[in-house]
Amino acid sequence: MSSDLFHSDLSVVNVGLGSFADAIDGAGGQAIRTDWRPPAGGDVDAGAAVAALINDAQIDAANETAFANYLAAQPILEGVGRAGDCLPGMGERTITHSGPPVAWQDMCGPVKGAIIGAIIYEGWAADEAVAQALADSGEVTFAPCHHHNAVGPMAGIISPSMPVWIVKNSSSGNMSYCTLNEGLGRVLRFGAFDGEVLERLNWMQDVLARVMDAALDVLGGIDIKTIMAQALHMGDEVHNRNAAATSLLIKALIPAALRSGLDQAEIAAAIEFMAGNDHFFLNISMAGCKSMLDAAHGIAGSTIVTAMSRNGVEFGIRVSGAGDQWFTAEAPVVDGLYFPGYSMADAAPDLGDSAITETAGLGGFAMAASPAIVQFVGGTPADAILRSREMQQITLGRNPALTLPALNFGGTAAAIDVRKVADQSVLPIINTGIAHKEAGIGQIGAGITRAPMECFAKAVRWAADNKAGG
Amino acid sequence: MSALQKIFPGMYRDSVALMRLSAEASELPGIEAVSAIMATEANIALLAEAGLLDGLPDAGPNDLLLVIQGGDDAAIAAGADFIESALNDTPDAGGEGGGEAALPHSVEAALSSQPAANLALISCPGEYAGAEAMKALRLGLDVMLFSDNVSVADEVALKTLGDEMGRLVMGPDCGTAIINGVPLGFANVVRPGNIGLVAASGTGLQQVSCLIDDLGGGISQAIGTGGRDLKSEVGGRAMMRGLEMLAADTGTEVIVLISKPPDADVAKRLMDMAENCGKPVVINFLGAGGGAATLEEAAHLAVAAANGETADIANLPRHNLDADGVAKARAALGPAQGSIRALYSGGTFAYETMLILQPLLGPIWSSSPLDPDGLLDDPWQSRGHTVIDLGDDIFTRGRPHPMIDHRLRGERIVQEAADAETAVILLDVVLGYGSHDDPAGELAAAIGEARDIAEAAGRWVNFVGFVCGTDADPQNAARQAEVLTGAGVLLTPSNAQAARLAADIVGSGP
Repeated sequence: MSSDLFHSDLSVVNVGLGSFADAIDGAGGQAIRTDWRPPAGGDVDAGAAVAALINDAQIDAANETAFANYLAAQPILEGVGRAGDCLPGMGERTITHSGPPVAWQDMCGPVKGAIIGAIIYEGWAADEAVAQALADSGEVTFAPCHHHNAVGPMAGIISPSMPVWIVKNSSSGNMSYCTLNEGLGRVLRFGAFDGEVLERLNWMQDVLARVMDAALDVLGGIDIKTIMAQALHMGDEVHNRNAAATSLLIKALIPAALRSGLDQAEIAAAIEFMAGNDHFFLNISMAGCKSMLDAAHGIAGSTIVTAMSRNGVEFGIRVSGAGDQWFTAEAPVVDGLYFPGYSMADAAPDLGDSAITETAGLGGFAMAASPAIVQFVGGTPADAILRSREMQQITLGRNPALTLPALNFGGTAAAIDVRKVADQSVLPIINTGIAHKEAGIGQIGAGITRAPMECFAKAVRWAADNKAGG
Repeated sequence: MSALQKIFPGMYRDSVALMRLSAEASELPGIEAVSAIMATEANIALLAEAGLLDGLPDAGPNDLLLVIQGGDDAAIAAGADFIESALNDTPDAGGEGGGEAALPHSVEAALSSQPAANLALISCPGEYAGAEAMKALRLGLDVMLFSDNVSVADEVALKTLGDEMGRLVMGPDCGTAIINGVPLGFANVVRPGNIGLVAASGTGLQQVSCLIDDLGGGISQAIGTGGRDLKSEVGGRAMMRGLEMLAADTGTEVIVLISKPPDADVAKRLMDMAENCGKPVVINFLGAGGGAATLEEAAHLAVAAANGETADIANLPRHNLDADGVAKARAALGPAQGSIRALYSGGTFAYETMLILQPLLGPIWSSSPLDPDGLLDDPWQSRGHTVIDLGDDIFTRGRPHPMIDHRLRGERIVQEAADAETAVILLDVVLGYGSHDDPAGELAAAIGEARDIAEAAGRWVNFVGFVCGTDADPQNAARQAEVLTGAGVLLTPSNAQAARLAADIVGSGP
């Protein structure tokens, strides 16, 4: 093989000194300018690992498969079930939490509080002290939601008796689960576990779950992607803003609930509960995203990110070809906008499985859809569009089922490739709520953050080792 | 401590917009806390809990409530003004499209936007440069690696991969190339023609291509290989590939190979290849004998071959100054002034000058000498006949290269002029893309200062130099020469001639 350089018009990718590009253009050549920055945030070894993975045929083929599976996924909201019965491998003394694995003694305040609350809710302990002792004793198994096909916002706590949304990917059959959203204020997912919190959880288990399940039974399921697609055209990015999606969901559920034959008062209470919480759809959005990404998970050799998640201590990502392995870094404290009286000093480090939405191309990746909350990214719709465009650089492609009007109805950027993140030092953007670092105080702000580079640097090292070994 | 509570009845703003506004206002001087909210029950309760309310405000959910606390009334008034004007401000409608598309951040991203790209020019810091070159090769691009500080191991790995993929790897530390008439890196604007160059030396390539241009010839392609290519570890991979490419190139009729002394085995293989490539090949492996002894000879041989003639190398001029001129320059010197001080920006020029001066004048001192005995113990201090390359790492650490920034060379010129031994200061002036846009002007200023110092001490110092460039270069060689001549510099057409003239002035010649 020989270079045909002399027989084609010279077109030069210029990495480094900009004046060289000027000279090329001035002399009649074509220069392609770059805004080059050190790869992998300046981690030279990880940068070298990326170089050896670029344009690798095996990885590219594996990624195409993973991407196709993600695109083909059709998450259907089928019903509501009991976590202990639904989540695979969940024992009767298991409590799942958000993010990568973390030991009980290392957990952050809101997660610990939510676990105490879940233990009391389950009736394993009568009060906080006994619950604390039980958690200390090691008799309760703690595991990431992601290891049980589930996701949970903020603390992400799921205990066996809790109701969960059941989502089935009708394309490849994989199942996903998420808890039902409790609303704002004093809630378990922020670590609150007083009487009011537990009372609400019991009502959700007794009434809300039954009404939702019955309505979904009447409907024969709801196509989650369709609601998401509509909501993106109505000002939601289905992570930090779910007002439109929640309305669409309620619109579908009310007639079905009324036809379910259940007690009118219970139906009314359930509808009132949904109507009082603009974020009611969030947990369904998360389960839907989990469904699409699990379809892409487990493809040998693939470098596609299938989860980004935080436990309030560590930020972790999962990669399609790396099984249950997590690539982690310290979770950042979000420099966002805070409610009156609170500041970064009060904040827990980044928390929750809800970044599954960004992993699927929504949330921060779809910011261009959501002018109402663009203040988080600098204030103007133009900034939001810039962010959504920027994310296209680190993904394998776009999702034609989830389109953004502001990008001329182009699809959302989807299927983050760890190689592209490290190669360009462009980090995934995440819209997130901010929890108080102490259990039970609740949400104190919201903002945008970026996934830490260290996760991606570790992942590309894994991919390089995996390739060398395999 | 002061506080202000203000209600804007019936004004609605999104909560996120209000949080952003509050955050901005709280950055103002003298402001301790700001909260602008819609006055819902929940929000009012939040304010009360945060200790920001005294008394219940008379406002409802459709009213906007502003609370400010701060050091004094003036600060608070300023804060309130800020919020009020922001609330009343109508942002321009220019949200369309999110502005210009951002530039790509990597080779792969650039290639996805411009799939027709065929070469990567890499000049990022050396620690990252090898990886960038690797990516470019894996993506099917030919590579020019301008960066230095890339390890030999990485260079071998890159050139091996290049050979596997049928790609050219120019560099690392490849300063210049001309491909399809387009100058890359530090290159001159030369006439197109039928002479192809492959050079392991950047300034060597520049000198030969400019002299060919000056002699009426033209360049088809000029390929750089990086200075280490002809060492045994690298094995001349890039020069061999370049030679093959030029041998196969219909636009090239004569080939010139340029290098400092190569590894003997590598040289032999290259010479064998050259002999069998089917085209005339001029070889200038400085100091290794055979072919062209100087860069200037290489240019003459190449142009002659391109014209189907034989070059009369033996009768090339020694230099362009007549005997009277030399005598005059010599006569201006005092008895203690016997030393040449060559202050170069091009490493190959320094090397070639030492090769020319040593047989004429004996051992030459240098920071990168021909023989280890000639090593200056202090590179910042000349002694006897000294030739230094100010582009050497020891001089460029933490400073721009002397082709870009003439300050260091200017200081050294003044320093040499102050030395009572100095008879001749020898300079190269390299033009072309990438170089300083007026080196002659910079040097003329330093030369003026140097002359004043010498004159104050009752001495005259001769300046000898040459311009490596063409009239088509952005700096214009003719204009640069005018400025230098005006500053009293004795200019020759080539480095070799400049070196010989300097030697003659200090008394080596006729």
